[in-house]
Amino acid sequence: MRKFTNMLKVMPIRADGRSKEELRELVIKAGVLKNAEGSAYVKMGNTVAVAGVYGPRELFPKFLQNPEKAHLKCRYNMAPFSTKDRKRPGQDRRSQEISKVVADALEAAIFTKEFPKVGIDIYIEILQGDAGTRCAGINAASVALADAGIPMRGLIAAVAAGKVDGDYVLDLTYNEEEKTKADIPVAYMPSMKKITLLQMDGDLSADDLKNVVNVAIKGCEKVYEAQVEALKNKYTAVL
Amino acid sequence: MTILKNERDLVVPGEILAEGLDYLPGYGAFREGDRILAKNVGIVSIRERNVGVTALSGRYMPKAGDKLIGEVLDVQMSTWFLDINSPYQASLSIGEASEEYVERGADLSRFFDVGDVLYAKIISVSKHKNIQLTMKDIMCKKLRGGKIVNITPSKVPRLIGKAGSMISMIKEKTGCNIVIGQNGRVWIKGENEDLATQAVLMVNDKSHLDGLTNMVTEFLNSNPGVKVAADAKVYEYVEGDAN
Repeated sequence: MRKFTNMLKVMPIRADGRSKEELRELVIKAGVLKNAEGSAYVKMGNTVAVAGVYGPRELFPKFLQNPEKAHLKCRYNMAPFSTKDRKRPGQDRRSQEISKVVADALEAAIFTKEFPKVGIDIYIEILQGDAGTRCAGINAASVALADAGIPMRGLIAAVAAGKVDGDYVLDLTYNEEEKTKADIPVAYMPSMKKITLLQMDGDLSADDLKNVVNVAIKGCEKVYEAQVEALKNKYTAVL
Repeated sequence: MTILKNERDLVVPGEILAEGLDYLPGYGAFREGDRILAKNVGIVSIRERNVGVTALSGRYMPKAGDKLIGEVLDVQMSTWFLDINSPYQASLSIGEASEEYVERGADLSRFFDVGDVLYAKIISVSKHKNIQLTMKDIMCKKLRGGKIVNITPSKVPRLIGKAGSMISMIKEKTGCNIVIGQNGRVWIKGENEDLATQAVLMVNDKSHLDGLTNMVTEFLNSNPGVKVAADAKVYEYVEGDAN
């Protein structure tokens, strides 16, 4: 902890050489899975997520069918080998919660009323976790949804930010996250200028919260550009 | 006031197509305040005041008036249910399938049975996606034998070609009988079925290239296996224009 703190004090960079408001290395690829209607691969530093979208397709069990709109089913899952200690496979309370908040964050962008009664399935697999997995998952899922041809209000970009020693820091790694007062994942839809996910782990003053969210939104805009580029790359290869 | 994209530009969801109230959102676009934005990944199309996006991917969404190929899934008292390669099932009622008088409780499987493949037309699609089909249209019939190839629904106009140029060329060269459904299903029957299938899949894979008709012609000419029967029946089938 001391070492990291000192680094920031001495020079305005972080342990991995980034400046405070710099994203990790970001790689996005659209259309990586053949069997899925739409898919995407997202790598944010050492966090790697793959998302696959299936549907719209008939929804079972039938009681989940909504005659007004499509039902969005999201499954966030971490691979057993994604973290240093083996992660016990399967859904636990954490992944259930993340599945729910990710589905809510994405649903804000989808025209679900165009597909009454059906289901849209989103599968997010975290292959490697180094903090910010839900953000990487949202980034991948949003590109995968667009790739699947599902009508959307816009792409959703997500990134976390936090406060470390009085500094607002973007896109935290696991080591950084341990040392923050609070880290805040933000999902943001640039086309509508709306926040679709905002969580806070830790506590911050009202002013700090505003500043951290602003830092995160700036980061989301950069992620958004990469998402657009990834989608266009896939389809210009075809055109 | 202004249009921000050109015809045939590639856009992703959320990209601004036009600003101001002079334009109207068409297929694949929506209005938000005074802006028109794209809903899908696709190609911009501008028709006078309408700005829309032709999607490049996605499932088939049924539309009234479309002719398509469906497979019978279930036979009920007075209705058949068909799979139409879409998230929704379609229903065909006896009144739309046959002119003859059918006794109440009669077994409808003597008309169409489970597994039969039909070429039918959509009469109506309700708000809740209840889809009604009819067989009372020229060309609507039960498809016997042959085989079915699936292609991307948005590439159907390319397979048909301008005024049916592409498909009539494939039919002529292979002597096969081919029926194309708007839902991306293509039925092929004839002596050179496999060759015709290859040609159809070639159009599906290379739909983006210029001079595709020539490429397909060359492919069909160069294939030594082509045997066109002298009395091969070639149906004229023109399903609108390419766009």
